[in-house]
Amino acid sequence: MSGRHVSEHGVSEHGVTGHGVGDHGVSADPLDLPSPRALAVRRLLHNRKAMTGLVLLGLLFLFAFAGPLVSPWGHDEVDFTAFREPPSAEHWFGTTGSGRDVFALTVRGMQKSLFIGLCVAVLSTGLAAVVGAVAGYAGGWIDRALMWGVDLLLVLPWFLVVAVLSPAVGGRWPLLIPLLAAFMWMVTARMVRGMTLSLRHREYVLAARFLGVGAPRIIARHILPNLASLLIVDASLGVSVAIIAESTLSYFGYGVRPPDTSLGTLIADGSGTALAYPWLFGSAASLLVLIVVAVNLLGDGLRDVLDPTPSRHGSRPRPRLRVRRRYGGPA
Amino acid sequence: MSVLTVRDLHVTYPPDVRAVRGVSFEVGPGEVLGVVGESGSGKTALALAVLGLSPAGARVRGSVRLRGRELVGRSDAAMSQLRGRDIAMVFQDPLSALTPVHTVGDQIAETIQVHAGATRRAARARAVELLELVGIPDAPRRARAYPHEFSGGMRRRVMIAMAIANDPVALVADEPTGGLDVTVQAQILDVLRVAREATGAAVLLITHDLGVVAGAADRVMVMYGGRAVETAPVDQLYHRPRMPYTIGLLKSLPRADGAVRPVPIDGAPPSASDPPPGCPFAPRCPVSVARCGDALPEPVPVGPGGHRAACVNLEATADLDAVFPPRTAARPAEPAPRHRRPVVLKVEDLVRHYPQRHDEAVHAVDGVTFDVRAGETLGLAGESGCGKTTVLMEILRLARPQGGRITVLGEDTASLSAADRKRLRRDLQVVFQDPFSSLDPRMRVADILAEPLAAHGTPKAKIPLRVQELLGMVGLEKEHASRYPRGLSGGQAQRVGIARALALEPRLLLLDEPVAALDVSVQAGILELLDELRARLDLSYLVVAHDLAVLRHVADRLAVMYNGRLVEIGDAEAIYERPVHPYTRALLDAVPQPDPLRERQRRRTPLQGDPPDPSAPSIGCRFLPRCPKFASLRSAGLRRRCETDDPSLRLLDLSVDRQVACHHAKEAR
Repeated sequence: MSGRHVSEHGVSEHGVTGHGVGDHGVSADPLDLPSPRALAVRRLLHNRKAMTGLVLLGLLFLFAFAGPLVSPWGHDEVDFTAFREPPSAEHWFGTTGSGRDVFALTVRGMQKSLFIGLCVAVLSTGLAAVVGAVAGYAGGWIDRALMWGVDLLLVLPWFLVVAVLSPAVGGRWPLLIPLLAAFMWMVTARMVRGMTLSLRHREYVLAARFLGVGAPRIIARHILPNLASLLIVDASLGVSVAIIAESTLSYFGYGVRPPDTSLGTLIADGSGTALAYPWLFGSAASLLVLIVVAVNLLGDGLRDVLDPTPSRHGSRPRPRLRVRRRYGGPA
Repeated sequence: MSVLTVRDLHVTYPPDVRAVRGVSFEVGPGEVLGVVGESGSGKTALALAVLGLSPAGARVRGSVRLRGRELVGRSDAAMSQLRGRDIAMVFQDPLSALTPVHTVGDQIAETIQVHAGATRRAARARAVELLELVGIPDAPRRARAYPHEFSGGMRRRVMIAMAIANDPVALVADEPTGGLDVTVQAQILDVLRVAREATGAAVLLITHDLGVVAGAADRVMVMYGGRAVETAPVDQLYHRPRMPYTIGLLKSLPRADGAVRPVPIDGAPPSASDPPPGCPFAPRCPVSVARCGDALPEPVPVGPGGHRAACVNLEATADLDAVFPPRTAARPAEPAPRHRRPVVLKVEDLVRHYPQRHDEAVHAVDGVTFDVRAGETLGLAGESGCGKTTVLMEILRLARPQGGRITVLGEDTASLSAADRKRLRRDLQVVFQDPFSSLDPRMRVADILAEPLAAHGTPKAKIPLRVQELLGMVGLEKEHASRYPRGLSGGQAQRVGIARALALEPRLLLLDEPVAALDVSVQAGILELLDELRARLDLSYLVVAHDLAVLRHVADRLAVMYNGRLVEIGDAEAIYERPVHPYTRALLDAVPQPDPLRERQRRRTPLQGDPPDPSAPSIGCRFLPRCPKFASLRSAGLRRRCETDDPSLRLLDLSVDRQVACHHAKEAR
């Protein structure tokens, strides 16, 4: 939050003198305001939560991709001298029942899970936002058609569909990303549509329409930004849901296949013996928790950055206005 | 002995918002103390603190005594025993203060049972009595109805009945008439008077409306920045105010009699989290001196009847006109006679029905015809639900209306292509009522103003210059460009709304209640700005408003709407001077005047009944059920005409710009 404070003062320093056009006519931009995007980036850099999340996420990526380089074992190698060994100098995270190195497996799994989790979350939330906002804003037959599609996907048993399609996926795990995303967005899309329906009658949306602003621009500039909180929360939650969903698929052999692995698979495999051999389960599980924490921190920070509503400092409460009624015909 | 005594009350909301800063007053039995203030003045915080209803985390310091018993510091449980029995509240929003799932009779009976321990039967009987007292027709039957089955005005009556159910000794009414139409407002003030007479309670009447206070209060306390800046008997306050803020407030009030032009108070109310050390009004005060900033001025006696004012420069406020000099009417001479100027907006027989279930329809607009010519302002007035906003929205849609025809700048909206429509939008712009909901909270002022420019293809490099120009045009500073709407005061936000509407250099501006959501002291400033812009930019306005006092100061022509129809249209001055249609008359009669003497003298309730239900079909004149003229008609033949024949707008006189929809217009002259 302190970041916003700092950056806004930075802005207002430029413009406290007079408002005559002539005063600053020489400059190309007399207002000298940073672009909204630059402002958001600046605020993001000053947001402690967001930066913590971002750094943590960076470290996790580093761990996942640099790990194999430092590990003495490969993820598909088997140490026939060590079965279900607890962590040691030789096997940093211990070994599995079949003698594979847990560290090597975990970093290998994380590569998949990070990609699957983040991509699926962004993709499904993005799809939900676009479909929901378009349906809600356009209304009429577009709305009916899109919602019909949503309902159809909702009643379709996704697991069965994925199972049927899995031969096509084969070993190419990146194909799981669109597949998972395709079945995760519908509930959010319905939510977004509902909120858009109420936003559509807000005066600032009406005002934009009467100013001659086109529908795509209104959706992008007025509807979606005002749904940002919902979308960010949805995407943060989506990351862990996608990682777990992938493990369910993999467990039944439709997703990532052995000897390759993913965090979800490791957790699923290790959870049965979590008490007897905690290292099988613990390392993958705690990394999943770290990923989720990092994503949520980043999401929280982003929400603060995008939301101009002051919560703690400086600004006085919004004056209460006496408004007599809202727009839109009788229900 | 006074019933309610408040001494040096302080209320602080977390984190550090000093809502009330040392307020003292007392109210005697049967006395009405009006507490007047703008938003943020601390009047509602004061009311809540008196009732022990301050939100969690609020710190309340000082003393509130109800018949000698201290209320501050009591537990909530202890306060609950008093609330509803000894001290009761009439809430601002009756729809949220009444439980939707219980009948109103049960709800009133409940308050009686809880406190008086009456039997269920007795409590019910009493509830019906109370509903009769507050003027609910057919009370025994209506007691079994649910809150949503009542109109807004009737709900207020129920609230009042509930508040006086246990004969409280003190009554706190927070904006009891807020959001009501003037005709209903007058009725509610009457009910409040009846309630006070029936219970003999001390009443704390909290409102922003100086007109309401003038007629209903015995004494008035003016609040500003959490302080009571002036307290006086009502006549004294209106005729001999001494605190500059009170003077400014009275002078900024638009008056329906058009006697004087409203004078704005410049600047914005002080921040409650970081108040200035001295007089809270000093930064806006035209007669402030160096000493004003030293310390909070204490109220000192300045006149008879306990008239006290908190001002250190009292010698400067003896002459009211010296503090806020009256503005001379700066309306420019009209360039050409009306019939020679081109028509910029023409609405003919506009119809808009909203279909309901069971083949019914709400006849929101049912045949409305008017035109606006270049350089003039047409005011469209009427009570809520009369269809005036629907007319506005139909014009703004720029599409083929359900019925009738709309012509904007010579182009029929029914035959516009998408490209034509977008082009026409440049010339037709709108300003909404609530500036905060019409500005996207996530965009900076600069981005808000840039939006229409970008949408209509202004080169990116030229936008900042134009934005700056627009800010200057509406009297804002360059620094406002980087703010978000939340960082603006109500008046500033509305200026941004106006600047946005002007961005594309329109020729016709539609304004929907442009000042209704603003504080009185900034209203005048916005009205002045609109006047100035119209002259400078050669604009035409269509202003929709419920407040006839506001319209008096902006409109050249006036159209009065009732239940989807125009009932009277013509030259504004002439209509204000001599209204012809009985509805126009009643509406003008009902406008509260900031003049205690006149308020007390005037007819109490100019119009009975509620605003009409636009879905109910009617055969004869739509105004008939509420029409005082009809009620006074003796001849059956004349009455029959009203009952069977729906009057249409007719010219009153060939030489005068006035059309009236009444069968008895001629004789009414």
